[in-house]
Amino acid sequence: MNPFSSGTRLRDMIRAIRSCKTAAEERAVVRKECAAIRAAISENDQDYRHRNLAKLMFIHMLGYPTHFGQMECLKLIASSGFPEKRIGYLGLMLLLDERQEVLMLVTNSLKQDLNHSNQYIIGLALCALGNICSAEMARDLAPEVEKLLQFRDPNIRKKAALCSIRIIKKVPDLAENFINPAASLLREKHHGVLITGVQLCTDLCKVSSEALEYFREKCTEGLVKTLKDMANSPYAPEYDIAGITDPFLHIRLLKLLRILGQGDADASDCMNDILAQVATKIESNKNAGNAILYECVGTIMSIEDNGGLRVLAINILGRFLSNRDNNIRYVALNMLMKAITVDAQAVQRHRATILECVKDSDASIRKKALDLVYLLVNESNVKPLTKELIESLEASDQEFKGVLTAKICSLVEKFSPEKIWYIDQMLKVLSEAGNFVKDEVWHALIVVISNASDLHGYSVRALYRAFQTSTEQETLVRVAVWCIGEYGDMLVNNVGMLDIEEPITVTESDAVDALEVSIKRLNSDLTTKAMALIALLKLSSRFPSCSERIKDIILQNKRSFVLELQQRSIEFNCILQKHQNIRSALVERMPVLDEATFSGRRAGSLPTSVSTSTGTARNLPNGIAKPAAAPVADLLDLSSDDAPAPNSSGGDFLQDLLGVDLSPASAPPGTSQPPKAGTDVLLDLLSIGTSPPAQSSSSASNILSSIQDDKTSLVNLNGLASLTSLSPNATSASPAPMMDLLDGFGPSPQKKEENGPAYPSLVAYESSTLRMTFNISKQPGNPQTTLIQAIFTNLSPNVYNDFLFQAAVPKFLQLHLDPASSNTLPASGNGSIIQSMKVTNSQHGKKSLVMRIRIAYKINSKDVLEEGQVSNFPRDL
Amino acid sequence: MIHFVLLISRQGKVRLTKWYSPYSQKERTKVIRELGGVILNRGPKLCNFVDWRGFKVVYKRYASLYFCMCIDQDDNELEVLEIIHHFVEILDRYFGSVCELDLIFNFHKAYYILDELLLAGELQESSKKTVARLIAAQDSLVETAKEQASSISNIIAQATK
Repeated sequence: MNPFSSGTRLRDMIRAIRSCKTAAEERAVVRKECAAIRAAISENDQDYRHRNLAKLMFIHMLGYPTHFGQMECLKLIASSGFPEKRIGYLGLMLLLDERQEVLMLVTNSLKQDLNHSNQYIIGLALCALGNICSAEMARDLAPEVEKLLQFRDPNIRKKAALCSIRIIKKVPDLAENFINPAASLLREKHHGVLITGVQLCTDLCKVSSEALEYFREKCTEGLVKTLKDMANSPYAPEYDIAGITDPFLHIRLLKLLRILGQGDADASDCMNDILAQVATKIESNKNAGNAILYECVGTIMSIEDNGGLRVLAINILGRFLSNRDNNIRYVALNMLMKAITVDAQAVQRHRATILECVKDSDASIRKKALDLVYLLVNESNVKPLTKELIESLEASDQEFKGVLTAKICSLVEKFSPEKIWYIDQMLKVLSEAGNFVKDEVWHALIVVISNASDLHGYSVRALYRAFQTSTEQETLVRVAVWCIGEYGDMLVNNVGMLDIEEPITVTESDAVDALEVSIKRLNSDLTTKAMALIALLKLSSRFPSCSERIKDIILQNKRSFVLELQQRSIEFNCILQKHQNIRSALVERMPVLDEATFSGRRAGSLPTSVSTSTGTARNLPNGIAKPAAAPVADLLDLSSDDAPAPNSSGGDFLQDLLGVDLSPASAPPGTSQPPKAGTDVLLDLLSIGTSPPAQSSSSASNILSSIQDDKTSLVNLNGLASLTSLSPNATSASPAPMMDLLDGFGPSPQKKEENGPAYPSLVAYESSTLRMTFNISKQPGNPQTTLIQAIFTNLSPNVYNDFLFQAAVPKFLQLHLDPASSNTLPASGNGSIIQSMKVTNSQHGKKSLVMRIRIAYKINSKDVLEEGQVSNFPRDL
Repeated sequence: MIHFVLLISRQGKVRLTKWYSPYSQKERTKVIRELGGVILNRGPKLCNFVDWRGFKVVYKRYASLYFCMCIDQDDNELEVLEIIHHFVEILDRYFGSVCELDLIFNFHKAYYILDELLLAGELQESSKKTVARLIAAQDSLVETAKEQASSISNIIAQATK
């Protein structure tokens, strides 16, 4: 025997580990034990193999690596005795999972044990198979398991039934083999077999519509009878829980009936009586009874309409909702969420109670209640419900505030009956929990304010008031700063006063004060400060009297350590000092922001525009070239790493504006058109929508002459010029990054022509559920590289989630995969996922492309894996 | 279905884990850490359910041990509470008023019992008596095998004396 495994017993090892005072001590003990076990393994020590494995399992549970013990499990399983096999299978289930390849080696032993003469050994094998088998093992061993469904001992039959569930989940094609044996299990008397048999039928219905039809036709009545017998059965001590015979079986029967009754009036009709009986007779003073009632309500809600039963079910839920037990209230909320699709009116009746739950001290209940309230809101009740939610916002803790804020914002946006109400509610949310408000939400608010021309004055005054009360919430400060910059004059002059407003007196210097506060506020971040600087610049022309003070504030940032602020400060100072003549035009009010574009971008229809410009703008010389063009500078801002991408109001939307107006601009720069003053140009840059685009492009080149005295770099302005004019020669002449920038905004027509020879698109992979099409193109001048655009289409009626495409290529190829356009694939071809990849063929001309693919996705959170090989590429790639 | 079963002590030590859905070793550690944090920090009077990564975790505390089971969104939480209690009663019957130490030193026994109760993440047996009988039968199989082995080694020892 080896010197290490001097035979510490399992018990002693556990004791030694438990007596360790520190983590380091524990590690030392474990290391010593592991060394001994490794030594024993390498000596192929048989006597202590099972003890060593037991020790390893304990060590594994503590979280230490134990992979070296995996083969020991297999050896123990392969040995003949029951004790060895028992511990071996336990180790197998504990130390391995279905994704380890070692598992394949056990298939043979499992097959033998499934045919063993000792029923307990069969039981062990079934247990291991049911808990960790992979798809391949399932395929290999399904016939054995199927046979065991008719084994003489009921304890094996029940294990085989559950094992079958695992098998059909792994390989749904095998389902049809199990339909008949499963149906015969439903006639059993043994509760274990019955429970597992019902469960097997339930899962069969989920994977196979054929099974569903079969059970619905053949078994509904039998199941109803079984449930009836159960509900009326006399006291059975073996299965009794709180006075109810076998609640587990009750629940499983109800669950299967739900599936059978769903969408089938006859089957639903058949089970009406028994459901009514269960719903009325089961006692609801113990958890077991409530569990059955809960399941029964679920079944009533799912099967075909029966008014009387529904009333009964809703009443049970009402009782649950007013229960003192938190668990019961939780499940009531959960079930009401399902009931809302069936009978929204009935759920609305419980509104007050549900709203109370939003303020509950239990986080789980709060969250459920909030989800439910979210579903309850409609046009008619949005006002009172939002009021309630905002009130609970004040009382909620930090963690919950984030969730609640997101929900309120989404509700307000979705159901807002009028703009003023929207602005009011958003203002409340911003003042209460502005720090939790997402960027796109306050961006949307600005867009709405900008569009509501009659409310500009009202908004800016309301924001100013809120700002005076508290400056704690970052996003409130940002929106206030933006509005003061844009509509500062309305703030001071009380323009557009509404009847409901109380008049306030704000002087020009008060408004500037507010901006100064927001710059100097300790916790203001870069975005807020940058926005405040722009707002100051804007005010400088609106409030000539404060001009000097504004200049001072702006100059204070000249030495800011943050490059962005320093740069803005210097640039704005230049504008204030040297360009009085163009300033007022430069800082004119923003044109009305386009709601459609904004919401379109939010919805992700232009997902590339931000990312491409972020990537390429970084290459631009970000220098002194833009003294006058602050918002244009914002465009470049997108590159600054520390600031959130959509940086400040102006540039953010300018980007959109450029995008919108790009296409009609066609006149090549520098031709025709009498030279215009630089002012116009910049004006155009700021509000392109207001002037004809042709002008803007031509005059953009003229900008050169007017700013040259500032020693600006020509290159940059050329770049700007080409930004506004999408003429072929300008594009090709401008630096490459600019082209990319344009690509982000709209399709550039000549891009295609530059590509190499065209190839027809090919269907690279097709199964009954999924199709993958490849669009192939070549980069000019680079014959080795092939660009492939994979388009996935869903051919099934189910939505695919967590969609993941993987590809592998032989060594002579190099593969580069870009991120996919989405990871959700809508059902029935209602959309597609697009993923680009680049394949470089080092043996171009000799070998053609070949690719192995693997596609993983989830249907209803169930994993599906498809694999295949693509070898039908055109030959010359 | 039940995706996994966790037994965590009040100090956050893992006493038993059983995974019915594939989780890699790394994920397992992460899940345990994450859930331990959530569950151990919940107050005593709150409900026994936690929403977690699109699943629901049902937990119940017995003395110093938290029994947790992770289930799908549309599973019956109240029933799972009942399953947990069922498991605890069987353990209690087997060990004779079970305590945490029993489960530490006889962790493999706890696993054997769990394997008779759950399989493939589904309930296998609703009768405590049947589970106890099956475990007893298998334990006695092990005992006989042991006795045989020791009597054989005695014979060998005597023969080689």
